Amino acid sequence: MEFPKDLKYTKEHEWVKVEGSIVTVGITDYAQDSLGDVVYVELPQEGVSVTKNEPFGVVESVKAVSDLYSPISGSVHEVNDAIIDSPEAINEDPYGDAWMIRVEIGNPGDLSDLMSSDEYQKFIEEEK
Amino acid sequence: MGENGVKGLLLDEPLIFERSSEGRVGVAPAEFDIPEADPKGLLPAGLLRDKIDGFPEVSEMDAVRHYTRLSQWNFGVDSGFYPLGSCTMKYNPKVNEVACRLPGLSLIHPYEPEELVQGALELMYELEGYLAEISGMDAVTLQPSAGAHGELCGLLMMAAYFKDKGRARTKIIIPDTAHGTNPASSHLAGFKVVPVKSDGKGALSVEAIKAVMDEDTAGLMVTNPNTIGLFEKNIKEIARVVHSKGGFLYCDGANLNALMGIVNLGAIGVDLIQFNLHKTFSTPHGGGGPGSGPVGVKKALEPFLPAPRIKKARGKYSLEYVRPKSIGRLKAFYGNFSIMVRAYAYIRRMGGEGLKRASETAILNANYIKEQLKDTYHLAYDEPCMHESVFSDKNLLGYGVTTMDVAKRLIDYGFHPPTVYFPLVVHGAIMIEPTETETKETMDKFIEAMKSIAEEARTNPELLKNAPIKTKVRRVDETRAAREPVLRWVKK
Repeated sequence: MEFPKDLKYTKEHEWVKVEGSIVTVGITDYAQDSLGDVVYVELPQEGVSVTKNEPFGVVESVKAVSDLYSPISGSVHEVNDAIIDSPEAINEDPYGDAWMIRVEIGNPGDLSDLMSSDEYQKFIEEEK
Repeated sequence: MGENGVKGLLLDEPLIFERSSEGRVGVAPAEFDIPEADPKGLLPAGLLRDKIDGFPEVSEMDAVRHYTRLSQWNFGVDSGFYPLGSCTMKYNPKVNEVACRLPGLSLIHPYEPEELVQGALELMYELEGYLAEISGMDAVTLQPSAGAHGELCGLLMMAAYFKDKGRARTKIIIPDTAHGTNPASSHLAGFKVVPVKSDGKGALSVEAIKAVMDEDTAGLMVTNPNTIGLFEKNIKEIARVVHSKGGFLYCDGANLNALMGIVNLGAIGVDLIQFNLHKTFSTPHGGGGPGSGPVGVKKALEPFLPAPRIKKARGKYSLEYVRPKSIGRLKAFYGNFSIMVRAYAYIRRMGGEGLKRASETAILNANYIKEQLKDTYHLAYDEPCMHESVFSDKNLLGYGVTTMDVAKRLIDYGFHPPTVYFPLVVHGAIMIEPTETETKETMDKFIEAMKSIAEEARTNPELLKNAPIKTKVRRVDETRAAREPVLRWVKK
């Protein structure tokens, strides 16, 4: 399983890529592996506000339905509509094609408690 | 396992559309003795259809054979062991079916005047009383049509209570061991869900509730026994914390089959509970017919129960509609009446002692399976369980075998798989609930099958990957079915 070093991670198994005032959000390799084949994904509209640690969407696999939690507060800048039609991308390329939303950072302080790749790997080891 | 007696003839059957032959009729109706009218001109154009593409035209016998064959492909509690955890797939005694078909109960109409349906009203009134006694509640409504509907009813009553007190509350606390319907029902009733994690032993801690319970929180929804099959032993203290902030303790009664005659939920602080008659009280389950989810409440919530209520005065039963604080009607008429008759028949037949023995035996059976399998399958929480126990695929992952493979292979052994991948707090969960109605011999066969499967996982994992192999339809592609659903037959 891969956990790229240039990304940040949350306890809810989202990854976050920070680029200037915009963050890109998706779910981690560990998350897609635990979920199994993803069959459906629900994402917010562009322009809506999201709140840190609150659900912004839903991902459904053959095993379970899970909420997607926003790692930060802010407004949705861009949505990856392509994965709605091809949710398999979440299993195949979780860090690439299957990014979910881009959020304009509302409160820069929100980024401070995100985990590094090493911290996240340690976290999932403990969770197992 | 010997091959003898595990194979049989299952006849193939096309779709009813594919059996169709144009112009073939099942039953020819008698000649009309009234003049035919052309619907054109009588109905608006938008309601008219001159052709139904692929409407099946078959003989009566073809129709009978079609559905009889489909029914033979089915697997139900009448055909075999069905240890679906958290669903309480107990046997539904046939005497229930006889009772609910008695003409006096099956041929009545909900618009009949009260004086002509006194028996039906009496039965409902008494059933309310029995459920109140079993749970330690003060009043019961029979209206909700299933468990989640009962949850919604309870939550709406809680909301109405706080609104009536002049200060609405916005939140509900739900532990991670809850049924998935709890947060869904809360959301539907307008509450915000506050999740709480169970401790390392699968139980809810007093501290965890203390940390989140406040005066904006209407209450806590707790399933007891919880979905790991463990009794929430801090329940009394947790109730005290919830009550100290003026909130209600809602008990999801889905797992009541472990508690009948053993625990008085009212006495340990529960304020309201829904009963799943189709689980605990042996009425048909799942696709087998409508459910029923009565709700019991303590005095404080009684004014908010759905209307109408059944009243008894001077030996006569009547329906009381004028109830100013009621949340209103939840279901057409009075709920799923024939299901109530079945539950009533079951309770009357079992009696108080019988119900207590049913719960005791359900717990004993679950612990028997747990003890027999805990050296073979990883046990999520090694504690004495209530009516169900939760294993996982942890010991098998090294062979590339998952819970899903074990479940599919069980079908080859003639058993319905247990609940899998639930509760979510256990990775790869296998949740087994035998219920009290299974014999030791049946459970032993199941245990033997589970052990053989674990052995196959070590020696021949491919076998499990390909399972089921003896069924008419082999393993279905669940992913493709969900991603590219075919929901409608189209004529080729």
